[in-house]
Amino acid sequence: MNVELGKTSQPIGKKHSPLNRIYNFLLPLFANKKATVGMIIFLVFVLAAIFEPWIAPYDPNAAIFPPSQAPTAEHIFGTTNTGKDVFSQFIYGARSTIVVGFGAGILTTIIGLTIGLISGFAGRIVDSILGFVTNLFLVVPGLALLIVIEAYLENASPYMNGLIIALTGWAWGARVFRSMTFSLGSRDYVTAAKLSGESNLRVMFTQIAPNMVSVIASNIMYASLAAILADSGLAFLGLESVSSVSWGTMLYWAKGSGALLNGSWWWFLPPGIGIALVGMSLVLMNFAVDQITNPRLRQQIRRKHNG
Amino acid sequence: MDKNEPVLELDDVSVSYDSPAGAVQAVNHVSMKIYPNTIVGLVGESGSGKSTLANAIMHLLKGNARLTSGKVKVMGQDIYSMGDKELRQFRWNRMSMVFQSAMNALNPVLNVEAQMVDTLRSHRKGMSYKAARKRSRELLELVSIDSKYLRAFPHELSGGMRQRIVIAIAVALEPDLVIMDEPTTALDVVVQRSILDKIRDLQKTQKFAILLISHDFSLVTELCSSVAIMYAGRLIEKAHSETLDTEESHHPYTQGLMRAIPKLTADDVVIEGIPGNPPDLVDLPVGCAYHPRCPFAYENCRSLRPELHEVRDGLVECHLYEKSGS
Amino acid sequence: MRYFINRLIFFVLSLWAAVTINFILPRLMPGNPAQAMFAKFQGQLKPEAMAAMKQQFGLTDEPIWDKYLSYLQGLVTGDWGLSFANFPVPVTSIIGHSMPWTIFLVGGATVISVFIGTALGIYVSFKRQGILDSTLPISSMALQAMPHFFVAMVLIFVFAFQLGWFPLGKGFSIDVMPGFNWDFIKSALFHSILPGITLFFGGLSGWLIGMRNNMIYTLGEDYVVFAEAKGVHPSRLMFSYAARNAFLPQLTSFALAIGHVVSGAILVEVVFSYPGIGSQLNDAVLSQDYPMIQASFLLIAVAVLTANLIVDLLYARLDPRIRTGGANS
Repeated sequence: MNVELGKTSQPIGKKHSPLNRIYNFLLPLFANKKATVGMIIFLVFVLAAIFEPWIAPYDPNAAIFPPSQAPTAEHIFGTTNTGKDVFSQFIYGARSTIVVGFGAGILTTIIGLTIGLISGFAGRIVDSILGFVTNLFLVVPGLALLIVIEAYLENASPYMNGLIIALTGWAWGARVFRSMTFSLGSRDYVTAAKLSGESNLRVMFTQIAPNMVSVIASNIMYASLAAILADSGLAFLGLESVSSVSWGTMLYWAKGSGALLNGSWWWFLPPGIGIALVGMSLVLMNFAVDQITNPRLRQQIRRKHNG
Repeated sequence: MDKNEPVLELDDVSVSYDSPAGAVQAVNHVSMKIYPNTIVGLVGESGSGKSTLANAIMHLLKGNARLTSGKVKVMGQDIYSMGDKELRQFRWNRMSMVFQSAMNALNPVLNVEAQMVDTLRSHRKGMSYKAARKRSRELLELVSIDSKYLRAFPHELSGGMRQRIVIAIAVALEPDLVIMDEPTTALDVVVQRSILDKIRDLQKTQKFAILLISHDFSLVTELCSSVAIMYAGRLIEKAHSETLDTEESHHPYTQGLMRAIPKLTADDVVIEGIPGNPPDLVDLPVGCAYHPRCPFAYENCRSLRPELHEVRDGLVECHLYEKSGS
Repeated sequence: MRYFINRLIFFVLSLWAAVTINFILPRLMPGNPAQAMFAKFQGQLKPEAMAAMKQQFGLTDEPIWDKYLSYLQGLVTGDWGLSFANFPVPVTSIIGHSMPWTIFLVGGATVISVFIGTALGIYVSFKRQGILDSTLPISSMALQAMPHFFVAMVLIFVFAFQLGWFPLGKGFSIDVMPGFNWDFIKSALFHSILPGITLFFGGLSGWLIGMRNNMIYTLGEDYVVFAEAKGVHPSRLMFSYAARNAFLPQLTSFALAIGHVVSGAILVEVVFSYPGIGSQLNDAVLSQDYPMIQASFLLIAVAVLTANLIVDLLYARLDPRIRTGGANS
């Protein structure tokens, strides 16, 4: 009944070009309160990452201040045990964390999408091999694998870390994209396109990929969150070049220098909260995307508002 | 049971949904009565409100749908004035329903027996587990399914078998009224026939009343003694099945439905559709909701809502019958 | 039956893949770390240790295939190599001590987390209008975005350092004798509270939200509405009809999440200096004890794959469509 009613209220004959679809998809994102909050938090950190030399008051590596100071007017986040300014480190750390997180998130999604599309389109044998590899990467504990790789690499740069995270973390996306390719691939218009002689590649990019826009967006956010957590975890273990400034290495130095045991809360709270806030902004935006693309959940929400 | 007491009495029933586009009047001031041991058909296009009406009768309106006016009485009792517990006992004891997608009406993780025993023991408090199992076996045999399938899970059964089991569950407590919402739509033609025969058999022996909801006009006229036609949430005609042999003295929409039945003439099949689309329920046309599609529409139809007029033992909601009615 | 065979094949294949990755990784690394390492340990280790190391890292003249075979043979016969840091203790005997700690802590916290998260998810799904339903998604999202090891640091700071309610770390107090005695068990339980809480809350939100969403889907299914109509008691409706079906996808996500849970647990163990396999792996990395690194990784992978297999088998127990070999699984 619901479905039938929905049919009558839908505008008929509206064009669904890819651009139009992206626009239709983005529009409700701005109308959603959660998404807006998420986007604002996110933008604040992106701006901090871009303009870090202007925002940060001092050189993040200059160990020239009185050590282990609680926050003051000059050092609003206090100083480390070697006399570095925590606020400057925090601002500089944002860039590394966000660039690595998003870079790895996007790369992860590209790998996942490619493997998913190939799985969904290629024959049974290719699909079962890729399916096995995907499942393998899904169940293997990613961080343990990353730790082993890093142990052999010794002091990898943050960007190297991002690359390895993407190379090991694509499986979840691949799984989602594969099943979407299957379900979209059996739709009538795709069959029609195939029958009319369009190549698989063309069908993939003109008929199937545009219908995945929301899933791709959601996957980028989810993968970026996972990458940020993995990267900061590795850095926390000291597996990232310890001279780089990222939120993870800040936590590594804080823990290693006994910030927990001498009460220097101002040292380890900012980077941890920074990770949590960026992560939270991604989850909030993702939550909104979920509601937009998942009619049953959306309907429940609407129902709630109407009493 | 008094033959003159209706099993079901709908008095001015309206149901509306909240939708982003505004309130949708899915059922609009519907009144009707169903008497014991009769089969009444309810016909209409998709979106005409027939399934919503069925859910309203069962007090199963979900989420954003609600009864906005009227009374639903089953066996003389107003089911919207009952408490939750009372309603749970009353429902299925006196009235039951076979769902539109009965294929999915069985729980995939419980076997057939468990689902039948659940039904019986929910209502017959004193019934032992053993007695409930025995009754389940009888019920299964009643719908011509071997009792070895008691232990089967829904996915191990064919669509037709699942539908028979759903029907067996519907008649398990010997209700006075069974609502059947498109009971055969999802099945292939051969299975449809055997299910309909089974329904007819059961009705003859148990003598319950049936409200048969369908979009299949020929099926309804074949099975039912009288037929109600719904259009855009309104009951626009009630007629005896015998009068449906000619188009004369029926609502123009009913005439359209009759013409839409494939007729086998000497060497040709003639099918005629009704031009146009069902109206938008959020924004109904002024006057008669059918006027944009009606070949006989005139001025009054576009401005005044028609009333029900008595025509040949039936009722028709149409301006064309004004003179004969008054 | 086909399901079981498929799961077993996957288990064996993925086990083989993990073992092989473990063999290939050190040999794939740029600049041959084994060679570099070999140079570094020159003069620090006894000659027999050097020989063992040469053998282990393939610095002998055997063809790679033979090395692979003898590696596999070593794994099967329990010869996983000798620890560098504690030469010549076999790595298996060191790892054997850490595994029970991890199974106790991570397994316990995860099972409790799944259980309570699922129960809360059911509760929230039918108390739709309550405050819980509007606040839980947000608060659990916050938890989801928080790195577990950071939560662990904050908990230590507040409850162990500031308030002094709990120990700062380790698996048990130094003044108890490890063994099967009440003092030790008490101490171990006490030490596991903070890391346990960290892991518990880390997982809780995912299970809660997942179950809530599954329940919302399932409550709209025809078989639930039909059961409601036929008068099934609300509690039986909620559990046997709705929750039992809604739990199945939950179990699938659980199988896939085990690896993720263990990943998070490694970091939490490190923060608490908890004597589990995660700390073991980290210590091995710090001391460049390569045989230990390899063995720890392998053991973690085997544990996760086994847990995964167990959950898959449990799934089959709960879903008759798989148990009875239905076509549409």
